[in-house]
Amino acid sequence: MDEQKMRKGKWQATIFLLLIILMTYFASSITQFNLLESITTIPQAIGWMVANLFITSEAITKLPGIVEKLTETIFMSIAATTLAAVLSIALALLGSKTTKVNNFFSVLARFIASFSRNIPVVAWSLILLISFGQNSVTGFLALFVGTLGFLTRAFIETIDEASSSSVEALSATGATYFHIVNNAVIPQSLPQMLSWILFMIETNIRSATLVGILTGTGIGYMFDIYYKNLNYDVVALITLSIVIAVIIIELLSNKIRKVIL
Amino acid sequence: MEMNQVTTSIKMRRKRNGQINIKSGNKIDLVVKSTIWILSLLTILAFFFFNYSGLQLERAIPETWHNLRVMFLEPALNHFSWQEAAYQIGVTLGLGILATVFGAIIAFFLALMAAENLSKPWISKTVRIFVAFVRAVPTVLWVLIFAIAAGLGSEAAVLGMLFHSVAYLVKAFSEAFEEVDAGILEALRASGSKWWHVIVHGILPSTFTYLLSWTFLRFEINFSVAVAMGAAAGAGGIGFELFMASGFYFDLREVGFITYAILLIAIILEIMSTRLKNRYFPGQVTS
Repeated sequence: MDEQKMRKGKWQATIFLLLIILMTYFASSITQFNLLESITTIPQAIGWMVANLFITSEAITKLPGIVEKLTETIFMSIAATTLAAVLSIALALLGSKTTKVNNFFSVLARFIASFSRNIPVVAWSLILLISFGQNSVTGFLALFVGTLGFLTRAFIETIDEASSSSVEALSATGATYFHIVNNAVIPQSLPQMLSWILFMIETNIRSATLVGILTGTGIGYMFDIYYKNLNYDVVALITLSIVIAVIIIELLSNKIRKVIL
Repeated sequence: MEMNQVTTSIKMRRKRNGQINIKSGNKIDLVVKSTIWILSLLTILAFFFFNYSGLQLERAIPETWHNLRVMFLEPALNHFSWQEAAYQIGVTLGLGILATVFGAIIAFFLALMAAENLSKPWISKTVRIFVAFVRAVPTVLWVLIFAIAAGLGSEAAVLGMLFHSVAYLVKAFSEAFEEVDAGILEALRASGSKWWHVIVHGILPSTFTYLLSWTFLRFEINFSVAVAMGAAAGAGGIGFELFMASGFYFDLREVGFITYAILLIAIILEIMSTRLKNRYFPGQVTS
């Protein structure tokens, strides 16, 4: 019997592999992707990077401007994440199974979250760019909307996981809704929520670069300008500064996470 | 059922590495509170750092409202046909598939090197540091850097996206490998199996479904990354059409149509991955 099972498993794996190969084949024909060509470009690309992406003293003179844009971008991501988190807590309380007020608001909250999360941040930035123009507020709002959807989903799962028994206990003692939320739900899920917020700040700093390229703000825009002017030594410096900022923030939030979880 | 509840309540008092959490509540409380205060302070500060040039809030807000209404209530295609739209979505999906499939294959081997129970400590450290560096560079910068060297096109897009997929999957895969029962590995090694024997007969069978669901989760992310690359790096597909419709033609109806199309695919993928998650790792939030 076991052998039969194994043979069936093998069959399934073979069919599955064939399916993947077929899908890959279709994907490469529709995108005109050439595997061999791209493999040969990798050493070429690395060679190019080594030859062109080094930081000259001339690029260093641009450093104050880069640092200023980078701080603007970091602040933008933090503000977008924190404010989105505040709203997300409210939405998650409405959406969660244990704390929902009624089914209508629960479905509504989940719908808002799903809608804002599944439209990519690119689409949001392009939509907002049309009326808000090229400034930090556009980037901020684009990050805000995407973060809202993601955090609401994460918070709903956190609340569901953390607090069903204590909610039951408190409601048995006759506590009001706000008592329950204040004394049981929020304190219990706060560390987990904070961990998600920190994770989202990390992610947002990376996507802020992308949003910046599209909406003409912050470090992304600066990268775009120097990239289009073929000024690659400054491009290298900007990339390096982004990497350093992201790694510092990751280390910081990992440290906080280690204490609170 | 009873058993389950007991184990989860014990788990909650344990730290990630399995130690029992004996820190006093005060320190955790303090860190949580101060983090929240610092974040709020930085948020308030942020608004002084913003660049407000050209912003007219009183005009922008009603205009956005109007634009959103046009977009979502009157979607239409003006510059290309339905077939064209379907083809472009296919291109975006294709970019996502290629980056995911090749990413998963490369990540599998790197993860074998990164898993502490299968490799030497210095190899695993090196791979981890390399992966952390790769992850810190935003995908769009990888794509743009490859675009100069390889020429703009699907090659640059796939290679750029590949970098991030590999970095993400190596982390997930190596964690899965490290959770494989040490007894299985020991038994195989004791019977004289070679390294690749251990992989094929010990590691692969017990982690295969796990790896697959992680790969699918990554595919979901790669789809929206592919949309972004189309718009920001000109990698083609529906993202590029979106960029053209909004930045070039200022055609809100078309933007609306494209947004709906992306939303539809994203929701289908999300439903599929939620099912996978519930089946293979319930009770865990993954991103």
